[in-house]
Amino acid sequence: MTVLIKGAGVAGLAAAFELSRRGIAVEVLDAAETVGTGASSYAGGMIAPHCEREAADEAVLTLGLSAADWWEEAAPGEVFRRGTLVIAAGRDSGELDRFAARTRGYEWVGGNAIAELEPDLAGRFDRALFFPEEAHLDPRKAMDGLYATLVERGVRFHLGSTDLPSDTSFSAVVECTGAAAIATTTGLRGVRGEMLFLETSEISLSRPVRLLHPRHPLYIVPRDNHRFMVGATMIETDDDGPITARSVMEFLNTAYAVHPAFGEARVVEMGVGVRPAFADNLPRVLDRDDGFAIAGMYRHGFLLAPAMARQLAEKLCGAEHPPFSPNPPFRQGATQ
Amino acid sequence: MLTLYGRELGSRMLLGTARYPSPAILADAVRQAGTEVVTVSLRRETAGGRSGGAFFELIRELGVRVLPNTAGCHSASEAVLTAKMAREVFGTNWIKLEVIGNHDTLQPDVFGLVEAARILAGEGFEVFPYTTDDLVVAERLVEAGCKVLMPWCAPIGSAMGPQNIAALRTMRAHFPEVPLIVDAGIGRPSHATIVMELGYDAVLLNTAVAGAGNPALMAAAFAKAIDAGRAAFEAGMLEPRDMAVPSTPVIGKAVFS
Repeated sequence: MTVLIKGAGVAGLAAAFELSRRGIAVEVLDAAETVGTGASSYAGGMIAPHCEREAADEAVLTLGLSAADWWEEAAPGEVFRRGTLVIAAGRDSGELDRFAARTRGYEWVGGNAIAELEPDLAGRFDRALFFPEEAHLDPRKAMDGLYATLVERGVRFHLGSTDLPSDTSFSAVVECTGAAAIATTTGLRGVRGEMLFLETSEISLSRPVRLLHPRHPLYIVPRDNHRFMVGATMIETDDDGPITARSVMEFLNTAYAVHPAFGEARVVEMGVGVRPAFADNLPRVLDRDDGFAIAGMYRHGFLLAPAMARQLAEKLCGAEHPPFSPNPPFRQGATQ
Repeated sequence: MLTLYGRELGSRMLLGTARYPSPAILADAVRQAGTEVVTVSLRRETAGGRSGGAFFELIRELGVRVLPNTAGCHSASEAVLTAKMAREVFGTNWIKLEVIGNHDTLQPDVFGLVEAARILAGEGFEVFPYTTDDLVVAERLVEAGCKVLMPWCAPIGSAMGPQNIAALRTMRAHFPEVPLIVDAGIGRPSHATIVMELGYDAVLLNTAVAGAGNPALMAAAFAKAIDAGRAAFEAGMLEPRDMAVPSTPVIGKAVFS
């Protein structure tokens, strides 16, 4: 059995990993020259199922709980298990209580504990929520690591190509084309996300920091080389044009509020991605005439691609090799 | 029955569509509230989407009347431009006019608001101005052609509830014939009941519902609270009595002491 996966983003590569580990021959096709060039490359890379529960369905939490373990196996050495710190400016302190009421898996921490966790934030915030079980990764490095794992396992890649490999016949095709599927998939819409990279050596963070704000919530994810990923907007459109001045202004104002050192940082990259999403913002494995599709990853690509890949693998070859147990049942939404 | 620009509405609850956990939950909230008007903010990049806005398509599928708004506009000219785009996108002359004067509190710029209202009313728009509780500004808006007024009762998203009851009462008394909708500042259903008891015609909500743990259930709670306040206003409420000083002899005490 040979399966063709269309799309070398996070969903496609996760699917390739789950299928190849079950002994299925996998080939991956993508028009781009390298893996992870779509929305995946602008992801925050937060493996934060508890924090996401604030606004997401319970399924996002249950399906995302094992994602950090999955990534550690698929891309060894790329996962940082340092938790998430959630903060708010003094005036918006009520937002912390609201966030706490909607989530689990946190500890309340005061000024001293904040200083221990993130010394550069010492004295700036009186209280915060700390989610110790959460993790983060650098999406670009994790995708490179996963790609290396897959090549090692014999997965064949056809990158920079839109033509089907003619020398093989496929028993199934799995479409993992992200935002490109919006035009052809009923119920799928685009949600624009903008982000930027700041570079400064004046401040360092060990873990993702989320700043709650009634209008401009923001997260800052530390990367290598004194870089920080700052994101991300959620705008209901599939427009992937350049970032707007308004969004840049809001990001910079809010980052500056987290720490004034960000005011002196260099803006080294700005990015825009379109997240494909269904009306309930939950991803699905869809049946297709020639196989399956993984669609609607929304803002949970790195968090939920492992669970979607497992569901796909179970549909394709039965559940006799569950790699993690138990796999929580996926709640099917009302719309499709 | 509430009538806004000639359109009769059964529900006195108008609902904003921003910041819900998902469009599916928004749709559920609209159904639970029985709301017949939803506001949709038109950001300019939103209008530029290739598909013409799948989100707008979901809004249209709700089958309720759309009141586009000019949220995020900081000048009269910006608001006028956004209103015209909204008219094209949604095919309606209704426009909720927001001209923001302070980025932090989102307090309306009442000067820009009156200016934009005059321009838009002149071009055939039916304007729903988001304003303060200032009486003179309200008069200017009516002169500019507004047939509905939407004062705040507290800053947008603050959830503080009515902060100046006297001003809200005054506005009601001065504009007995103009539909008045409290827009912004409502945090919980009891706040909505209070303003409806004052005789306001409707309430416009967003954050209080979208930010709730269960938005659909909160929408239902607000619908009941708004109905309760309206029914109380129509039924006629008792005025509170000052019990501190007896007005007649108290039994058990000597009358001629």
